[in-house]
Amino acid sequence: MSFRLLAVLPFIGILLGVPFVNRVEPLVLGMPLVLAWIVMWVVLTAVIMAVVYRLDPANRETVDGRPAEERS
Amino acid sequence: MSSSLLIIVAVTLFALYLGIRARRGHDMSLEQWTVGGRSFGTAFVFLLMAGEIYTTFTFLGGSGFAYGKGAPVYYILAYATLAYVLSYWLLPPVWRYAKTHRLVSQPHFFARKYDSETLGVLVALVGVAALIPYLVLQLKGLGIIVATTSYGAISSSAAIWIGAAVVTVYVMASGVRGSAWNSVVKDLLILGIVLFLGIYLPIHHYGSLGNMFHAIDAARPGFLTFPDKGASSSVVWFQSTVLLTALGFFMWPHTFGSVFTAKDERIFRRNAMVLPIYQLILLFVFFCGFAATLKVPGLTGGNIDLSLFRLTLQTFDPWFVGVVGAAGVLTALVPGSMILTTASTLLANDVYRGLLQRDASDARVAKIARFMVPVVALVAVLFTLHGGETIVALLLMGYNFVTQLFPAVVCSLAARNRATRQGAFCGIAVGVLMVAVTTIMHLSVGQLLPFLPDTLKDVNIGFVALTLNVIVFAIVSALTQPHAQAGQSHAQPR
Repeated sequence: MSFRLLAVLPFIGILLGVPFVNRVEPLVLGMPLVLAWIVMWVVLTAVIMAVVYRLDPANRETVDGRPAEERS
Repeated sequence: MSSSLLIIVAVTLFALYLGIRARRGHDMSLEQWTVGGRSFGTAFVFLLMAGEIYTTFTFLGGSGFAYGKGAPVYYILAYATLAYVLSYWLLPPVWRYAKTHRLVSQPHFFARKYDSETLGVLVALVGVAALIPYLVLQLKGLGIIVATTSYGAISSSAAIWIGAAVVTVYVMASGVRGSAWNSVVKDLLILGIVLFLGIYLPIHHYGSLGNMFHAIDAARPGFLTFPDKGASSSVVWFQSTVLLTALGFFMWPHTFGSVFTAKDERIFRRNAMVLPIYQLILLFVFFCGFAATLKVPGLTGGNIDLSLFRLTLQTFDPWFVGVVGAAGVLTALVPGSMILTTASTLLANDVYRGLLQRDASDARVAKIARFMVPVVALVAVLFTLHGGETIVALLLMGYNFVTQLFPAVVCSLAARNRATRQGAFCGIAVGVLMVAVTTIMHLSVGQLLPFLPDTLKDVNIGFVALTLNVIVFAIVSALTQPHAQAGQSHAQPR
């Protein structure tokens, strides 16, 4: 299912992105650029996982309040 | 008694009280003691899983790493984030299987999934070999923290004995419940202190965060970025280490075991979106370490771990030093108690029951697990006080050891698991052996594979072991495939 592909983004951003931002200047929020980049991805990861949580049918409640059967 | 010592003692006693009180209202059966009766809600599971992040390693080591090595410290922030992404899909099926089969430990999971007690014993031994050095690390940290923040009133070795005794008592009484209750206090205290120190120290000593980083960059060019080359610092090292440790993150026996405490599987999915933000607190630990680089220079070797406390001593009144010290004590006690519970369970449930007495009852295993607590604690204390070099080598191996369990766990979750018990056993054994050999002989990828281009030589050595593990796992599994019909009988019910 396509929403799962979203979870690949943090891996790309953190693992493949770091070589391109491996600099101190400009400071972002007082932090060296490379550190700020990683921090940004930590925050983005939380947002991405929230979206995944919303889209994942496994988290929809059924009528009796129990989680729907996992579809995997 | 100085005000700092008074505060440290008070918090330690409170932790002891809370840890013992946590058992109230529960008969401490094996399932209660090890996995809290699988009844923990979002908050407790969250704190137990976050417990991995705020250990003495991060409090002392995280700031010390920033102080001594600079940019490479960023990896700590990155790997946990990726591990939480994986957890969204990894943990719910593990939890479901554990609940169906009433599992109490990680080796138990392997033994059931692959229908092999022998595999369970191997995994238990690997787990204990990784856990004891980790416990030693907590105790060492505890000694350093108490000796420093009590202004030398309590010696490091006295603190280690007292700390180990406190943990032993409440673990024997309450098992994982004691850890859960204390992790509430620990996280509140750490959260407040680290946020405060991480914001206050840079502003107090440099004027602002930006000024601090400018000053560091001017004084030590290249300190705040990854160098082009260098084992354990270059970009390639960062990428390989982050990936490797993200895979190993949930393979620690105590973290894996804390998954079993949850009362429903949605807890993990919800936590996967909150935990990345929560661990941003580490950022403020880094700030403390960076603030110390120019203010308390000159610490080298193992002493870099003292940077946060040295700067604290220099900046604040004794009572506040005591508060920081008390928080530090909790960062040692709480993870220490989880490790102690897990190591004892592994020895009782998986080594004793798996190897010696297969028909032992749960009640008997629970009794032996409790009996193992002081034994494990004593071994850890002796290692801490007299361990020397061996323990350092074991520590380096710990993370790479548990990462070797990852391939077998992932395969076992597939709808049709083609991996066999022989394959899993050989893969793990070869991987662990490889880790031990490369660590003890101080080999690097460059020495093992000299034909690689220079940049790839900084790849974390753990990858070699993991690759070998996967290859052996696949080949042996292929060779030992059961024949079409016979295979049905040993396939695991899901």
